[in-house]
Amino acid sequence: MYEITEKKILNQDVEWMRIKAPFVAKNAKPGNFLIVRVDEFGERIPLTIVTHDEMSVTIIYQKLGYSTQLLSEKQAGDFLFDVVGPLGLPSHIRDVKTVLGIAGGVGAAPLFPQLKEYARRGVIVDLIIGGRTKDHLLLVDEYQEFCRNIYFATDDGSCGQKGFVTQVAEQLYQEHTYDLAIAIGPLIMMKNTVLLNKKYNVLTDVSLNPIMIDGTGMCGNCRVTINGKTKFACVDGPDFPAEGIDFDELMVRQNYYKEEENHICRLKLGARK
Amino acid sequence: MRADRTKMPVQDPEIRNCNFDEVALGYTPELAMLEASRCLECKNPRCVSACPVNIDIPGFIKHIKDANIEEAYHTIYQSNILPAICGRVCPQETQCEGSCILGIKSKSVAIGALERYVGDYALKQNLSIQEEISEKEEKVAIIGSGPAGIACSASLRRLGYQVDVFEALHEFGGVLKYGIPDFRLPKEIVDKEIQNAKDLGVQFHKNMIVGKSITIDQLLHEYHYKSIFIGSGAGLPKSLGIPGENMTGIYFANEFLTRVNLMKANRFPAAPTPVRIGNNVAIVGGGNVAMDAARTAKRLGAKNVFVLYRRDMTALPARQEEVEHAIEEQIDFRLLRNPVEFIGENYVVKQVKCEVMILGDPDESGRRSPVGTNTFETFDIDSCIISIGQSPNPILKSATPELEVDRRGRIIVSNHQTSIPGVFAGGDVVSGAATVILAMGAGKEAAISMDQFIRERA
Ligand SMILES: Cc1cc2nc3c(=O)[nH]c(=O)nc-3n(C[C@H](O)[C@H](O)[C@H](O)COP(=O)(O)OP(=O)(O)OC[C@H]3O[C@@H](n4cnc5c(N)ncnc54)[C@H](O)[C@@H]3O)c2cc1C
Ligand SMILES: Cc1cc2nc3c(=O)[nH]c(=O)nc-3n(C[C@H](O)[C@H](O)[C@H](O)COP(=O)(O)OP(=O)(O)OC[C@H]3O[C@@H](n4cnc5c(N)ncnc54)[C@H](O)[C@@H]3O)c2cc1C
Ligand code: FES
Repeated sequence: MYEITEKKILNQDVEWMRIKAPFVAKNAKPGNFLIVRVDEFGERIPLTIVTHDEMSVTIIYQKLGYSTQLLSEKQAGDFLFDVVGPLGLPSHIRDVKTVLGIAGGVGAAPLFPQLKEYARRGVIVDLIIGGRTKDHLLLVDEYQEFCRNIYFATDDGSCGQKGFVTQVAEQLYQEHTYDLAIAIGPLIMMKNTVLLNKKYNVLTDVSLNPIMIDGTGMCGNCRVTINGKTKFACVDGPDFPAEGIDFDELMVRQNYYKEEENHICRLKLGARK
Repeated sequence: MRADRTKMPVQDPEIRNCNFDEVALGYTPELAMLEASRCLECKNPRCVSACPVNIDIPGFIKHIKDANIEEAYHTIYQSNILPAICGRVCPQETQCEGSCILGIKSKSVAIGALERYVGDYALKQNLSIQEEISEKEEKVAIIGSGPAGIACSASLRRLGYQVDVFEALHEFGGVLKYGIPDFRLPKEIVDKEIQNAKDLGVQFHKNMIVGKSITIDQLLHEYHYKSIFIGSGAGLPKSLGIPGENMTGIYFANEFLTRVNLMKANRFPAAPTPVRIGNNVAIVGGGNVAMDAARTAKRLGAKNVFVLYRRDMTALPARQEEVEHAIEEQIDFRLLRNPVEFIGENYVVKQVKCEVMILGDPDESGRRSPVGTNTFETFDIDSCIISIGQSPNPILKSATPELEVDRRGRIIVSNHQTSIPGVFAGGDVVSGAATVILAMGAGKEAAISMDQFIRERA
């Protein structure tokens, strides 16, 4: 059992937790993720390790479906049934001078450890952060500690530009040059970012979030096609250079269980409320 | 002397293909006695040498004849600590039963069924073997809680070592838990047999991925384990390498079986992990994994489940009993068919295109090898489950570069020791996907080498 030692509500959809998990914390590196099972019967849900210290790790999760809502019912002092990690390959930190981070929604969480690592190595880091509303812009204070400039995009215009992160990026590319962009967010956002970046000759790294089960390379559920080859995101990723990724295929794969996910949500959480 | 082999009662095929309860129901005491009485108690029993762990088979059967089941259990336990499991899943027809003298003229003694009977009796009666363990101080680490790891851990514990088993998943048992379905091997049986190892004093730790949560180097130098056994199995699914394989609706057997066996997707929504296969399900392959996938698909309600296999019926590598049960459960065998392409719409699979094969000259395995005919046949499917084998999972290797593996990722050992002194390995990670009993045998033998290694170093 793994104790939740602290919990914060970041906005109506997103929460933060610190979990005591010494063996996940010990070897964790930027880019690694973990897998949580909330209770004895729980699904295995992958979440990025945002920060870690000697004994514990922090996660930021969006209450999306059944399992993340179940997680959200847990409070500081409660226990999670299973936490395993650190999983995946650490982010490949490239030898560059300027990086543009592009975060969509809860993607700000997985982006954080990577971008911080670039900054730590003396790389100039700018950030575009997007969300539905001002309240959905995550970790802004924390990012401020090491980003040169931060630009905002919101769906409703309540902060920064009204619209998508890609629109902000396109404007930036008129004035700035970046050696690398790291885009993390919904698949459609990552897909469109890569299309844009190709036009402006900016390299793009992304972090993929396919459906996973074991996270150890055993099941193949997490496979993605990259340059015509099959990769397992849990062991070969989750970070990849974005140019060759078949995003359309991945989006269909990610939606395979949509019906079942909606069903269990209505059935179990609907009844509870 | 009766010549007829005593049949084990089974659930009716029409009923069982809708439930996940065990198919084979086990002998009653009377049936066990009857079957035991067929054993000739050969002086030079060929069955014993054909058993990978050399169980004293006539010995334990004699005890059944004498109605001393407890003693029968003790006899088996000397060589095999997992009789209730092995009795159910060993390929007896190619091992003990395959060399039974009775098999020449009529049918061999049902050794597997008798082993299972004894194992189940022991579990039911809670028979435990009281052993004096003379404690040693040295710690040893076991990576993986499959049959290889369990066998190795128990052997080392009985020698007095302090044994820690590290398992990547949230449950113990390896393939016995996530691969082999309940209707063939109920999970309570696996848990109870593992409990025996716990009762000996073996410590099991879940959610520990060696190479990630902790490294081999850390185990040796930070945590001071004197020796390590790697029993991490063959968990990486092999792909067909044909176009369209990543469309939705196409599963590797590992994913499909893990969803159902480990995550209990058959109970969705009571269990939150779903599985979806539709009505027309193609299974590719002909081994135990393929049979398990096919029969599981049927139980999930698929109307048409068919096995695509590139050779003929006689070449199916699955256990005979599984093939028989699959046929009874109306699994359709479409033989001499080799998938060459998946056809879909908008990334959702709709059809599988197969080449029709004929059998040519024997290959190195002695089986006639399939040869393409350049004629093709296409089947409509809602899903496909690829079950053509597994190779070792690369996590440990990539975290431990000095660990030598062969071209296919299998760990290279000499006398069970790997290229890293003090680190041993056995089971599927060394042999490639094989059997439960071979993995157990390897774990047991490696324990002896580890003990020797530690004593020489002391
Ligand atoms: C490597 C990795 C890192 C991730 N990091 C974060 C993170 O830091 N913060 C965060 O909020 N989310 C993260 N995710 C996504 C998160 O795992 C899913 O949102 C979560 O599993 C949804 O579960 P649910 O039951 O609440 O929703 P569901 O109702 O099951 O699903 C909602 C959506 O999530 C997707 N999804 C469902 N199950 C999984 C699964 N097992 N794995 C991945 N996606 C799934 C579905 O396709 C669907 O689009 C990450 C995913 C991966 C693979
Ligand atoms: C569906 C299916 C049906 C089968 N049917 C039969 C049958 O009827 N009869 C038969 O004899 N054999 C059968 N087999 C084969 C048999 O199950 C295997 O040969 C046997 O389980 C191998 O044992 P093992 O201990 O080497 O590995 P596994 O059983 O694979 O166990 C390895 C364990 O190590 C864990 N692990 C892996 N990497 C790490 C790591 N880095 N750190 C920590 N833990 C790790 C895994 O999670 C797993 O629990 C079947 C296999 C499958 C998949
Ligand atoms: S999640 Fe199972 S192989 Fe990646």
